[in-house]
Amino acid sequence: MKDNPTIRVRGLVTRFGTHTVHEGLDLDVRQGEIIGVVGGSGTGKSVLLRAIVGLLEPNAGQIEVFGQSVRDTSDAEHRALRRRWGVMFQDGALFSSLTVRQNVEAPMREQLDLEDTLRETLAGIKVRMVGLPENAMAKYPSELSGGMRKRAGFARAIAMDPEIVFLDEPTAGLDPIGAAAFDTLIKQLQAALGLTVFLVTHDLDSLHAICDRIAVLADRKVLAVGTMEEMLAIDHPWVHEYFHGPRARAALSSAGKGIV
Amino acid sequence: MARSGLPPKRLGALVDGGVLRLSGRLLIDTIEQLDQDFGQDASRFDVSQLQQMDTAGAWFLVDRQIQMAKQGTVLEIIGATSAQAQLIETVARNMPPPDQPETKPFTIADRFEAFGQKVTRGWRMAVELISFLGQVVATLAGILRHPSRLRLTSVVHHCQEIGVSAVPIVALMAFLIGVVLAFQGSAQLRQFGAEVFVVDLIAISILRELGILLTAIIVAGRSGSAFTAAIGSMKMREEIDAMRTLGLDPVTILVVPRVLALMLMLPALGFIADISGLIGGALMSWIELGVSPAVFQTRLVSNTDVWHFSVGMIKAPFFALIIGIIGCYEGLKVGGNAESLGRLTSASVVLSIFMVIVMDALFSIFFAIVGV
Ligand SMILES: Nc1ncnc2c1ncn2[C@@H]1O[C@H](COP(=O)(O)OP(=O)(O)OP(=O)(O)O)[C@@H](O)[C@H]1O
Ligand SMILES: [Mg+2]
Repeated sequence: MKDNPTIRVRGLVTRFGTHTVHEGLDLDVRQGEIIGVVGGSGTGKSVLLRAIVGLLEPNAGQIEVFGQSVRDTSDAEHRALRRRWGVMFQDGALFSSLTVRQNVEAPMREQLDLEDTLRETLAGIKVRMVGLPENAMAKYPSELSGGMRKRAGFARAIAMDPEIVFLDEPTAGLDPIGAAAFDTLIKQLQAALGLTVFLVTHDLDSLHAICDRIAVLADRKVLAVGTMEEMLAIDHPWVHEYFHGPRARAALSSAGKGIV
Repeated sequence: MARSGLPPKRLGALVDGGVLRLSGRLLIDTIEQLDQDFGQDASRFDVSQLQQMDTAGAWFLVDRQIQMAKQGTVLEIIGATSAQAQLIETVARNMPPPDQPETKPFTIADRFEAFGQKVTRGWRMAVELISFLGQVVATLAGILRHPSRLRLTSVVHHCQEIGVSAVPIVALMAFLIGVVLAFQGSAQLRQFGAEVFVVDLIAISILRELGILLTAIIVAGRSGSAFTAAIGSMKMREEIDAMRTLGLDPVTILVVPRVLALMLMLPALGFIADISGLIGGALMSWIELGVSPAVFQTRLVSNTDVWHFSVGMIKAPFFALIIGIIGCYEGLKVGGNAESLGRLTSASVVLSIFMVIVMDALFSIFFAIVGV
């Protein structure tokens, strides 16, 4: 069922003062895929994510999620839309005055009328699912390590079993084993829940391991979208450097594919 | 699996010869539709008719399995797609440990313990506050010996923030206090025909007590809280730790300029408050009692001891020290969360106002003993 893309961005323009971040950016994300968004630092990946989830008003362009425009919707429609996606921010953005479990409970508390014990149990399952130890439940974000904060952010993003999750560099700052486990986790949940995943990442291993397609942001727009093999064939200096650099080669060979 | 445009969220269930057949959507917002003891005796759950299942749905099934296992029967789940089976398996792996520790009831002993902890916490805080004061004074003394260590720009900036920007509010407040004193005083004094003593009343109360006390309270609310919030949010974002690792001393960089600026500015603000309070009082005396400004002035100069003014001014730097030290100390105590920032900011204002008033009382006793 690939008729309508889940996320559809057309002609997006975003500016901060005189600084243009996106100029006529187009992007389609299909239902049920994991799309990896890459690009140099400051190319506007996080800004694109914020524009899609409606946290930032773009200067021009259309953004549709589930065929519904994000920009001009009523409050009720927007609330209904928000329930269908979960966002994990680059720096976690956990509520610092709530424990990990309460952070995961927060969206449920807000949007559903569940019994306390049920809500706690479900939140507990989510926390364990992302691989946090039992004693992390009652900790405050400031008492967690950077990697644990990422996991807690992910648990909160999937608290409502959303249809789309937006992840901003989930594996940055994780140890390689933890990062690989995180990749597996994303893949598993994606299969089990039929998630669509919008994954901003610099982690070449993640790109290899779990992404169905890759979108490259450069020159203020999406320069190319396609599978890893297609990326390797692209002849743009930055893209070439990115996918053929020493790290990329290492990641490629460890993924058991041929070096181009 | 297109999810949009599905019929309203419903869960169906019927028991059919030991098999509970679920249909519709087993989701977080539908699992509570099914009664806890519906299909108790079914030994198999058929989920092949389910259109949709989420983690909460999977939890529901796993939870039932666990309940049944406790009673010694095995619940079999049939007809799950591979994705659903995987989800059920994932959830089963992440179920809560079987024996959650019971929460203990709150006893009298706990109450005593909480009280005792509060007392020791208060005591420890007093000690910490005093040692922080010592640290700041020591740093100040060090700066006296090596004046180049002083962050002059920062001091000037804080003088602007604490002093110059506060002039309008302080002047207005003192003016109104002068007006009120003159008005209330004249109403009382007129009964004895002693209207002219209103000048003494205004002069002594404003110069000696109210001018500086109310200024200190306003400054505590304005700048003391700003100190706590600014230093506290730096602490929260680990900026203070970064400073320490770079060999920069937070006391020298953050605390000393603020305390110093406060000690310079509070006397100045107190002076402005004195003047503007007297002007307010003189104005009201003129309107209410017909005491002309010239009479007011002569009486003020001839009858009011200059010590009244001095007493007020002597107190100012001490009040400033209290406000500055408490504001910065509470800021440095902020932990990792936003809530502690808010709590400590308000604690800093309350504590510094309280301490200013305590200090004022001590000064009253002191000046009474030395007789000025
Ligand atoms: N609120 C803002 N005000 C002004 N400029 C901003 C703002 N947010 C982002 N920018 C600018 O937009 C550009 C893109 O930022 P963005 O955070 O999207 O980068 P990114 O691609 O996510 O980089 P990274 O990989 O480092 O996270 C940057 O140049 C940044 O300076
Ligand atoms: Mg970013």
